[in-house]
Amino acid sequence: MNYADKFKKTFFTENPVTGLLLGLCPTLAVTSSAENGLGMGLATTFVLLMSNLVISLLRNIIPNRVRIPAYIVIIATFVTVVDLGLKATLYDLHKTLGLFIPLIVVNCIILGRAEAFASKNTVWHSIVDGIANGLGFTFALFILGAIREILGSGAILGFRFWPEEYRTILLFVLAPGAFITLGFMLVGMNKISKMLEGK
Amino acid sequence: MEVNRLLLMDSSPLGRDGDSTKKIMYTVILTLLPALTVSVWMFGWNAVRVLALTSIFTVAVEALIARFVSYRIDFMDGSALLTGILLAMNVPANAPWWMLLVGALVAVVIGKQVFGGLGQNMFNPALVARVFLLISFPVEMTSWPLPGAVDGTTGATPLGLLKTEGLGALAGTHLTDLALGQVGGSLGEVSALALLLGALVLFYKKYITWEIPVTFIGTVFVIAAVFNGINPQTYAGPLFHIFTGGVFLGALYMATDMVTSPLTFKGKLLFGFGCGFFTMLIRLFGSFPEGVSFAILLMNAVVPLLDKYFPDKRFGMVKNG
Repeated sequence: MNYADKFKKTFFTENPVTGLLLGLCPTLAVTSSAENGLGMGLATTFVLLMSNLVISLLRNIIPNRVRIPAYIVIIATFVTVVDLGLKATLYDLHKTLGLFIPLIVVNCIILGRAEAFASKNTVWHSIVDGIANGLGFTFALFILGAIREILGSGAILGFRFWPEEYRTILLFVLAPGAFITLGFMLVGMNKISKMLEGK
Repeated sequence: MEVNRLLLMDSSPLGRDGDSTKKIMYTVILTLLPALTVSVWMFGWNAVRVLALTSIFTVAVEALIARFVSYRIDFMDGSALLTGILLAMNVPANAPWWMLLVGALVAVVIGKQVFGGLGQNMFNPALVARVFLLISFPVEMTSWPLPGAVDGTTGATPLGLLKTEGLGALAGTHLTDLALGQVGGSLGEVSALALLLGALVLFYKKYITWEIPVTFIGTVFVIAAVFNGINPQTYAGPLFHIFTGGVFLGALYMATDMVTSPLTFKGKLLFGFGCGFFTMLIRLFGSFPEGVSFAILLMNAVVPLLDKYFPDKRFGMVKNG
């Protein structure tokens, strides 16, 4: 396995969000700021890493017919760990992400990687795959959140650089701003992906 | 090349008249002159400033985009200029320049060019920009200068007053003031009669047809009349509702946009009805005082469906054919 290629894929050409358009619900809902995007991305990365690891370990034990319920139980376990862990350590972030943390269970990237990769590959490769996809997801969410925060709040990671008395474009922190920004981000990422593929 | 000019090699229809996109666009712009004159008369040099800025910004943005896209854009075909003028008619006369620049960018880029340029856009570009500005800059978009006020006093529109203060606050407002434009509001929502005057030319030239404006304004009138009939203490009368806000501007110039309105007869009737219905729904029960722009954008989204499910019956068409 070529690690550089793997990460190039999950960050750009096959990025879960901008390449495969998976997990759009948390992507659109929580990225009103770069910090929220980062938090959501890292929480998902942890779940993805752990579920890939466990599912890969159990891949020869889980009967084929009940594999989806089995995966969901494993994923839900780690989501509960993240939910309670965030509540104990980063309470403010937990409050802003709110309902979307339990909803990581139904994030299609996680089930997608379990089904398409972890159930067929060795433990070490599944771990790398989980980290690569998780960080690709985090990357996309962070960029989206950063663009929306800069345009909508005149700030980056909570630090306001735009003078208080000047207006910011409020629409970008609201729901329609997420759709518009994601649309333009897809254009940009497709362009980058094409450049990478063409070398 | 010489041969081409003598012998037109083309598929039908071979009979042509002189209309072109350019001619239609500039005609529509000319028909807006009476309404613009009233605006300038009401709001003075501020109206001229807003008009000039939005026109320059939209055409400039379109010219800039034309350098980066693979398809051809004729930025002087009048469509960008018309979008600019309609945008100006949708904002208050004291709108700051940066807001107009954002509006022009949104109208041309998000409203039009991301879909592939003129003729491809789903939504009316000027309305996309108006709604974008209304949501992004609520303070700037709702402090309306009062007509003829020299000292820059601002106030609410009649519809705004109705929403916040109730019907009692409007006791001093006469219907003739509303029709002629003696009220606070955006550049284009002040005078209904001047807009109608300009639109008569469009009807005569057949650039717009009667279905959408009549059903739009008619629906607003009927719904307002029903509610006014049930409880005249709370709900304003039908004439108030059709002469205030953007009903005339919307019904005559925005909803009838050739690109974003249905092509078929029944489709047009339903489109106009939907615009009027949603306008009144938002005005009576929504949180915004005015709903024309939201209503038209909502109906824009269903235009392909209307065209598909309510086709015109053509000569020779067979039932279940």
